[in-house]
Amino acid sequence: MWESVKEFASEFFVTGDPLIYGADVSIVLSMIAIVSVLTYFKKWGWLWREWLTTVDHKKIGIMYILASVLMLFRGGVDALLMRAQLVMPEMQFLSGDHYNQIFTTHGVIMILFMAMPLMFGLFNVIVPLQLGARDVAFPFLNALSFWLFFSGAMLFNLSFVIGGSPDAGWLAYPPYSELAFNPGPGQDFYIWGIQISGIGSLMTGINFIVTILKVRAPGLTLMKMPMFSWSVLSSCIAIVFAFPILTVTLALLFIDRYLGGHFFTLDGGGNPMMYINLIWMWGHPEVYIIVLPAFGIFSEIVATFSRKKLFGYKSMVFAMIIISVLSFLVWAHHFFTMGSGADVNAFFAVTTMLIAIPTGVKVFNWLFTMFRGKITFETPMLWTVGIIPNFVIGGMTGVLLSVAPADFQYHNSYFLVAHFHQVIIAGVVFGFFAGLYYWWPKIFGFMLNERIGRWAFWLWNIGFYLCFMPQYALGLMGMTRRLYTYGWDKGWFEMNLVSTIGAVIMGAAFLVQIWDIAHSIKHMKKDTTGDPWNARTLEWSIPSPAPFYNFAVMPQVTSQDDWHERKLRIEQGLEKPAKVELEPIHMPKNSGIPIVMSMFWFFVGFGLIFDWLWMAVPGFIGVLACMVAHSFNYDTDYYITVEEIKRTEAEAGRVIT
Amino acid sequence: MANVNAGHHDHHPDQEELRTFAFWIYLMTDVILFATLFATYIVLQGSTDGGPGPKDLFQMNGIYASTFILLTSSFTSGLAILAMNKGNRLALMNWLAVTIFLGASFLFLEINEFMHLVSEGATISTSAFLTAFYTLVGTHGLHVTLGIGWMIIVIMQIAKRGITPVTKRKVNIISLFWHFLDIVWIFVFTIVYVMGVN
Ligand code: HEM
Ligand SMILES: [Cu+2]
Repeated sequence: MWESVKEFASEFFVTGDPLIYGADVSIVLSMIAIVSVLTYFKKWGWLWREWLTTVDHKKIGIMYILASVLMLFRGGVDALLMRAQLVMPEMQFLSGDHYNQIFTTHGVIMILFMAMPLMFGLFNVIVPLQLGARDVAFPFLNALSFWLFFSGAMLFNLSFVIGGSPDAGWLAYPPYSELAFNPGPGQDFYIWGIQISGIGSLMTGINFIVTILKVRAPGLTLMKMPMFSWSVLSSCIAIVFAFPILTVTLALLFIDRYLGGHFFTLDGGGNPMMYINLIWMWGHPEVYIIVLPAFGIFSEIVATFSRKKLFGYKSMVFAMIIISVLSFLVWAHHFFTMGSGADVNAFFAVTTMLIAIPTGVKVFNWLFTMFRGKITFETPMLWTVGIIPNFVIGGMTGVLLSVAPADFQYHNSYFLVAHFHQVIIAGVVFGFFAGLYYWWPKIFGFMLNERIGRWAFWLWNIGFYLCFMPQYALGLMGMTRRLYTYGWDKGWFEMNLVSTIGAVIMGAAFLVQIWDIAHSIKHMKKDTTGDPWNARTLEWSIPSPAPFYNFAVMPQVTSQDDWHERKLRIEQGLEKPAKVELEPIHMPKNSGIPIVMSMFWFFVGFGLIFDWLWMAVPGFIGVLACMVAHSFNYDTDYYITVEEIKRTEAEAGRVIT
Repeated sequence: MANVNAGHHDHHPDQEELRTFAFWIYLMTDVILFATLFATYIVLQGSTDGGPGPKDLFQMNGIYASTFILLTSSFTSGLAILAMNKGNRLALMNWLAVTIFLGASFLFLEINEFMHLVSEGATISTSAFLTAFYTLVGTHGLHVTLGIGWMIIVIMQIAKRGITPVTKRKVNIISLFWHFLDIVWIFVFTIVYVMGVN
């Protein structure tokens, strides 16, 4: 008996690596710490009522942001481990197998469990406020999306200590990701972690499309809508078209692995290249899904801190729509070397180059917005200005890669690695950072320290250039991606050393940001105005943090940048703060179903990963039961009274007569 | 100041309309899901790996029967909507029940077909063609199964609450879903079966 328990445990838990034992210990310790703190301060009920069952878009957004910062930490540690291994030739720090696992989890976590939730966090916190809405169209579905993301992310991260991590790269190309070559549970963790959270992303996409198209304040026509909301709309349209492809692709891989199918196997007539087509039909749109909202953020910030209306509003909108359409027509540029023939490659090379045009339009619009503006460089603007040269380099190296014959040289080299980090870190992540700095006071109600924020900005940027510029050169010198060691004879040592130093600086920059937050909490500087940047859009017209019902009175929108115009009118005495009549507000009730249902999904995933039907089947029944329970529940909303609105507004320093 | 919003007292957009709209978007995602499956099927159709192909396996009589049954069920779900719009709760429930019965018969025939194929040695792991076949047709079958379960739940709610704006929207949506499955089946019928045996 004891023997079989021991044998099971040695296969179930990942053993043999001191790094992982260290992680085990710290996971257990932090779990104990969390549980005891919650119990000691009797906070379980509060946690459940205020957070775990909430359907408030702002709280859901905060949970997304928190989770993504944790994932940024985990993915960042992975990155530092890889850079440590590569710091000099013939390093003996990580084994080849371990290295494979780390770049795989790094890629998946950074794109799917860091960039995506950070983006969804910003969608959630800001979009309803920009639209002058009380919430998203479907608050319950919104909570469900979050918890699905969360349980998918937890499932994926569990592979680190239980069962073993996936090691087939962030897109899990077959045949290596097939059962024959990759029998362990790691690859199944990959499939189910992404599948479960992917369903959540798909639902978020639907939710925000409906919200933006149907739940706007009276008078806020589409062509008056703030650019961030436009970027969210275009990103969500791409989500809705791209994510079903991912769902199918992962399901097919699972069928191969679990039911002995032959979609992508080498035998039985399978076609591994089909997987690569399918995954990139999702994968390329995915990179635009995450970068479009960053474009939206820049547009908001540039206008606010240049004290000018955004230049070329219409062309921005069209550029975004064109990008989200074109992003579906370029996927084969990820495998020009597959041998599809000259005509196919030529088509995809041209579509890829075409995307650079609308992207360029956007960059010029930002520059023209700044032109003759009264620019000030608070942290959000600093990030935005810093990103422009970054993104220009990223875009230009992208165009270089899109030249199909030349790509035979660049493909799978460090040149490519440098390119996509340039667009993803210096475009997407920095863009989301800019958004976080910008909307921080609105989300949390206090200001971040500007001086520490500047330090973080410079450290991130210097670290970034040090880390990735040498990688372009290394790629041209023949260093290929996913390589875990190299010899002294290659001449790659110095550049790799510099690159690792850059990575460490970025790690330090992350810590500075955490310090910034801690420092600002300690020296709490509340945002009492609700509009600390003197900004232009509706979210700044209400107190910070926004009251749970957002707008005490529905705003009447008459123009683009409505809040800015309203401030001007009040200043000129054309509009007096109107006497308003409050009405009871219709609100959705909290619900425990999303978190419970996502827990059941977790069991489904975990059970299928280990082939434990005794866990997967009840899990699935639980999922169905939750759906039925929700369908039968007609008691989903309530009204807040006028007195309560008055009280809440007064607490936020606004007197309503 | 006059209340500018006097027209609609509650600023909440009509929830039932929002849900119907969202469902259309969901259907679009399902279209893409099936489109992807059709694409993989078409790619792998000829990859029989020396095993049996469509011509050796498909028996069209059963397929004609199940096609006829599913098309009829789409019609009866339409009759349910008509009954609902006339406010006839009993007829609504009855037509939904008939639809469920036809859907279940369709499923029965499909499972039968699959069991027959398996007994002939044509399983999901025989060849890429069969993997793609079972996945595509099975996904449609899974949708039908879910649709049936969902319809049962809707009937129970109508029985309890009658025809309200909420149950009305639910019936509209499920019947939309049902017609959608019908359309997908027409593609399965044409691309997989008819073009397979010809
Ligand atoms: C002007 C815009 C862009 C162009 C022309 C472009 C072009 C390309 C090309 C041709 C490749 C394939 C290189 C190869 O495998 O040899 C590539 C890879 C990649 N790009 Fe871009 N790109 C652009 C923007 C972006 C953006 C905005 C993102 C993300 C936010 C992005 C993320 C990626 C990623 C993740 C890869 C590598 C994936 C892999 O092979 O693992 N790209 N890009
Ligand atoms: Cu691409």
